[in-house]
Amino acid sequence: MTPSADSHSRPDHAVRIEGARFGFEGALLFDGLDLALEQGRWTCLLGPSGVGKSSLLRVIAGLERLEGGALAVRDDAPVAYMAQQDLLMPWLGALGNVSLGARLRGERPDRARALAMLERVGLGAEADALPRTLSGGMRQRVALARTLMEDRPIVLMDEPFSALDAITRARLQELAAGLLAGRTVLLVTHDPLEALRLGERIYVMAGRPATLQPAPAPDGPPPRRPGERTLQALHAELLERLTAADDAAAFPRPS
Amino acid sequence: MRALRLTAVCGILVLIWQAVVWLADTPHYILPGPARVGSTWWEHVGLILGHAQTTLLEIVLGLALGTLLGVISALVLTYVRPARLWLLPVLVASQAVPVFALAPILVLWLGYGIASKVAMATLIIYFPVAANFFDGLRRTEPGWLDLARAMGASPWRALWHIRVPAALPALASGVRVAAAVAPIGAVVGEWVGSSAGLGFLMLHANGRMQIDLMFAALLTLAVFAVAIYFVIDHVLRRALHWQADA
Repeated sequence: MTPSADSHSRPDHAVRIEGARFGFEGALLFDGLDLALEQGRWTCLLGPSGVGKSSLLRVIAGLERLEGGALAVRDDAPVAYMAQQDLLMPWLGALGNVSLGARLRGERPDRARALAMLERVGLGAEADALPRTLSGGMRQRVALARTLMEDRPIVLMDEPFSALDAITRARLQELAAGLLAGRTVLLVTHDPLEALRLGERIYVMAGRPATLQPAPAPDGPPPRRPGERTLQALHAELLERLTAADDAAAFPRPS
Repeated sequence: MRALRLTAVCGILVLIWQAVVWLADTPHYILPGPARVGSTWWEHVGLILGHAQTTLLEIVLGLALGTLLGVISALVLTYVRPARLWLLPVLVASQAVPVFALAPILVLWLGYGIASKVAMATLIIYFPVAANFFDGLRRTEPGWLDLARAMGASPWRALWHIRVPAALPALASGVRVAAAVAPIGAVVGEWVGSSAGLGFLMLHANGRMQIDLMFAALLTLAVFAVAIYFVIDHVLRRALHWQADA
């Protein structure tokens, strides 16, 4: 289940994928794909939907198996996984959801720490609230607290903010950037502005089989302010590249 | 409010019943009026409630046993692949056999006592519980299972902490169906051969042309059946209060 360790992986890379090959429902999504996640940095993966971004993330999460190529995770480090849906258990309160991982591993849930995590995402007062009584943004904050509670060096996020309204999304991006600082983060997104606010390395995934092209990322630590001039310029450039990638994606889709 | 509506509907039905008796002037051994049935009920209240106790016990034991067996079967079908491949088709096909046709055999094997009726109720209850819970266990949100895997959960812990709770609403609808059909099983069993229970009392009263007593027993059965359903429904609603539509 956990990605295998590889003593040959370079020390500055937390995750290394080489020559990866992966197919889904008969279509080859990528073949000979290379990707390295730098230790302690945010890497953002952009691209049209269906190109294989989520599959690549799921491979790293150990949820899918590569058909070919190699995946190496430094020190065999465990990963934390956060999806577009909050994936909260509706029968558990916020606190129960935050400490779900411990219960699933048969460990004693650390109640005090779980409460501290909820406080860090600003939901200390909602510890007993059931998910259905919380707003979409609050639910995703509980999911973020659950991810933090896992305390994993590598965090994989699959469009975690895309279902939220613009303001909630901006706030959560800032919150996540602050709380996940120092960890190796892979963020899959379809929003170029989100990639530019959070990414220290940005890749555009396009084509079938897909390839990864690096795109320029702004300097400075995330989160960057959306109004920054360099960000605006890069946004326009990135948008053009994504449009081109999307046009090129007029490949025959499997019916 | 719900109780009020129910009372109103029942009241109107009793009025219609009384009106039919008055207008058609039916003989009391064909259709006794509500007043006559009421006075007969009061006259034989000890007898009726005594038999009701037997039927109630059969229903409750059948519900408990049928639910338990249904839950165990669903878990086995979910987790033991050969069981799913070999037993599931048999289980589905077995539903083509009318359970009522088995009643004489059950009475022959298990006797005139309570056991054959409990077995009858259990058989009727078993399938909706097993089928619904199995369905619920199979339809766990895949994202939850991904999350559990990423968190390093063993399959058994994922079952206990995620799949089973996620399937509880489906199990609850199975139990609701079971609660509605359980009295049928008990009464059919009593009709085939018994020495106690409301079904027995109805048959006995019918044979002796005590139609008013038969109606009194029938009404008691209806009230008990509805009460069982509402109690179970209420308990399930309370237990599953986290459901969005609860």
